[in-house]
Amino acid sequence: MRFEARLADDTLAHVFREETAQLVASLVRLLGDFNLAEDLVQDAMVEALEHWPDEGIPNKPGAWLLATARRKAVDRWRRDARYRQKLTLLEQPAGASQWPAVDDQLALLFTCCHPALNREAQVALTLRAVVGLTTAEIARAFLTSEATVAQRIVRAKRKIVAAGIPLRVPADELLGERLAEVLTVIYLMLNEGYLASGPSSPARHDMVDDAEWLCQLLVRLMPDEPEAMGLLALIRLHRARAAARFDSHGRLVLLRDQDRSRWDRAVIAEAERLLQAALRQRRAGPFQVQAAIAACHSRADNWQTTDWPQIVALYDVLLEVAGSPVVALNRAIALQYVRGADAALAAVDGIVGQLDGYYLFHATRAELLRALGRTDGARQANLRALELTANPAERALLRDRLAP
Amino acid sequence: MEYMLLLVRDDAEWEGLSPSEQDYAGIGRWWAQLAQQGVLRDGRELKPARTATTVRWDGAKPMVTDGPFLEAKETIGGYGVIDVPDLDVAIQIARSWPARGHKVEIRPVVPREQ
Repeated sequence: MRFEARLADDTLAHVFREETAQLVASLVRLLGDFNLAEDLVQDAMVEALEHWPDEGIPNKPGAWLLATARRKAVDRWRRDARYRQKLTLLEQPAGASQWPAVDDQLALLFTCCHPALNREAQVALTLRAVVGLTTAEIARAFLTSEATVAQRIVRAKRKIVAAGIPLRVPADELLGERLAEVLTVIYLMLNEGYLASGPSSPARHDMVDDAEWLCQLLVRLMPDEPEAMGLLALIRLHRARAAARFDSHGRLVLLRDQDRSRWDRAVIAEAERLLQAALRQRRAGPFQVQAAIAACHSRADNWQTTDWPQIVALYDVLLEVAGSPVVALNRAIALQYVRGADAALAAVDGIVGQLDGYYLFHATRAELLRALGRTDGARQANLRALELTANPAERALLRDRLAP
Repeated sequence: MEYMLLLVRDDAEWEGLSPSEQDYAGIGRWWAQLAQQGVLRDGRELKPARTATTVRWDGAKPMVTDGPFLEAKETIGGYGVIDVPDLDVAIQIARSWPARGHKVEIRPVVPREQ
């Protein structure tokens, strides 16, 4: 029974995902009010959730939702003095907009990821207005309360209306930087979904699925953007390893220990083709480089025979295009297999301070210290790492290492 | 939509610049260009914040004090009101503000009652 109910939820989620963005965009065009349009779509989705599980999903779910949203608009306006005047807005046939449907979805994505909104608002609004998640689903994904997410979304929608954030694909001179915003939002979904950093479930499959769907949409709508392709390749390379990431007890298995025969070779091959197509455009960026690193791991039969010099070289490129302490840490990990634990530890200690609150920093130090035979230091670093993560899978792994 | 561009600067830092660094000629060209495009509604430079006088109320009683209402290093050194289609256009204009060491805050203006 539970399984069936879950299946129905997934089906509904997929329908919403296919329809929401188009619906929101059409209504924004019709009504000229982002806030209202999004509310109406949410209302229509709530009504669908009441009817569809029993009555079945209509043949044209998008049309059903649009009709319902229009009815909701009429209901809302009934008490309004300018009722008649507002009704004329709804009289235009749906889809009569001068913009093609694909541009609508893309425009909405750019609006939700506008730099005038803070990052959290961008992510929440994109998940709701473009991906069609409910506020409750977003709250669960980010381990925060529904009230917090609802407030974030309401504020963001109001800002869009009040500040005049446009619903359109940005002009060419802005496209590069705006695309980077969109890609960052998708990347955050991937991260959150792939390595949920809190209690409850060790991984949230759905968010990665949403990130992939969104990125695929972006690649389809903007086929000449190598960074979008790079990010999609990166998402797929991660997904290809999903089956090997947890053992039968639900414990996290690190890349080095994963059973590589369980990796999905077909997905890896497809991701590699995508990455090659992106690289041929000769406009490198951080997501292509990250995908190249993931691809390099995917090609190796095991941890030991990985092409570590190549991985260090790719991290050097990444440091140049999008350097951060975390990138420096990952480079140091790879360096261990090229120049030894001594050199790696020196590199890790070079980034201390900036990453003191990051559990992987201490977990990495612990490993290097252990490799160098400094067991006391290793133990202390492991304890520090344990203090810094709430993820049950990661905690179990660290506890294993602390066991005598 | 109308936006006010609040031109934020550190008065002391601005006054410490040489005339060529302040480049009022370049700033003048910027205003002229906006006016020519027909988007400029209003815009002025303000005298330094130390010239400000503040009226505040202690209950019902107005009190006059020397100085700005907020003691801050950065103050509003000028403003412009523009009328453009949306925030993206306003951002593009704000980005082209030529004066050194400034920040530009973009605030939508409440429309007049019709």
